Amino acid sequence: MLTETQAWDVLHAVPDPEIPVISVTELGIVREVLARDGGLHVVVTPTYSGCPATEVISQSIHDALVAAGAGEVSVETRIAPAWTTDWITEPAKEKLRAYGIAPPGGDAPVGPQPIRFVPRKLACPRCGSTDTTRLSQFGSTACKALYRCQSCLEPFEYFKPI
Amino acid sequence: MTTPNPAHIEYVTRLGDNALILGQRMSEWCGYAPVLEEDMALANMSLDLIGQARMLLTRVGQLEGKGRDEDQLAFLRTEMLYRNLTLCELPNADFGRTMVRNFLFASFQVLMWERLLASSDTELAAIAAKSIKEARYHAQHAGDWVVRLGDGTSESHERTQAALDYLWPYTAEFFAATPSDEAVAAAGIGPAWSELEAAWEAVVVPVLNEATLTVPARTPFKSYGKFGRHSEHLGHLLSEMQYLQRTYPGAQW
Ligand SMILES: [Zn+2]
Repeated sequence: MLTETQAWDVLHAVPDPEIPVISVTELGIVREVLARDGGLHVVVTPTYSGCPATEVISQSIHDALVAAGAGEVSVETRIAPAWTTDWITEPAKEKLRAYGIAPPGGDAPVGPQPIRFVPRKLACPRCGSTDTTRLSQFGSTACKALYRCQSCLEPFEYFKPI
Repeated sequence: MTTPNPAHIEYVTRLGDNALILGQRMSEWCGYAPVLEEDMALANMSLDLIGQARMLLTRVGQLEGKGRDEDQLAFLRTEMLYRNLTLCELPNADFGRTMVRNFLFASFQVLMWERLLASSDTELAAIAAKSIKEARYHAQHAGDWVVRLGDGTSESHERTQAALDYLWPYTAEFFAATPSDEAVAAAGIGPAWSELEAAWEAVVVPVLNEATLTVPARTPFKSYGKFGRHSEHLGHLLSEMQYLQRTYPGAQW
């Protein structure tokens, strides 16, 4: 048996499978934890609809809670409200930067967007230079874009605001 | 459980099949794209579309109430039961044509999702809120490439113009009326397709102009994929996509 507070503590230690320096709670994808019938019910939301990590995440949440003694654990995937990078916590954004991934710059866009890309000045997570260029709108995963720093010449990934 | 509404089911099936078939088609680039960055981009966009298809076909299964899930709908229907736009099933051809198609289609999807945010089908509205964020990135990505290739070398310009000339006639199908449009619009489920045409042209034409491409004139050509009458290309795509479930029924990862 775990209380909801204890369950959150367990989940704070469950890493995101693709970016293991931040936890699933820091990423903002755990929406609810409910004590129910002697067990727990957890609601998660996917980052992108095609994110292949979603099922792995549900499984690791389930396994971590069971291992901590939660009893019966059910994990529900709920798509509304849609996940936004605004839900990534501030400390997690710093962890991303330290890990070499530029965190989302500013709030997620709301409302109609121009179809043509408007480059933004993005700081290199390694040297801090803003002399950077975008190489590709998609990096190793859908949630990231690929950039290059013209100062230190290193490539880096950028967590796109959505 | 309310009585299934055939117009509603058909509407969501069209949305789901567009995403499924283009997602499958685009995934053929995996391992073949001209540069590694674009290989990853195309694979990621395919995943987005397949993710959208999963949600939409799951919704179709709920609406029809026959106990079919996303997999049964995706893998066990025959060709004429697919309701995707013909444009989505056409072969990739070169990278230019792939980008022009993505641009024309993603721009359409963005407008469609914008309208579906207010759908009376709250599940569909939730899917729209999720998918629109993805579609915007797809449209930007493809729009960038259309300008870069169209306004590039004479070779890239020629090939991009040829791609546009080839694909443009198929875009008329985006806006072709279907018998269920009226019922769907009246129930507040989503817009009649023709309602999106002016907005789509207003978005697409300036980018094509920026790309120094000539926008083809409309012709009498019509395609009918969304009515289940497909080009010769869909059958080949399905034979590959359905192979595993047909050979090993019920197989799971
Ligand atoms: Zn740098």
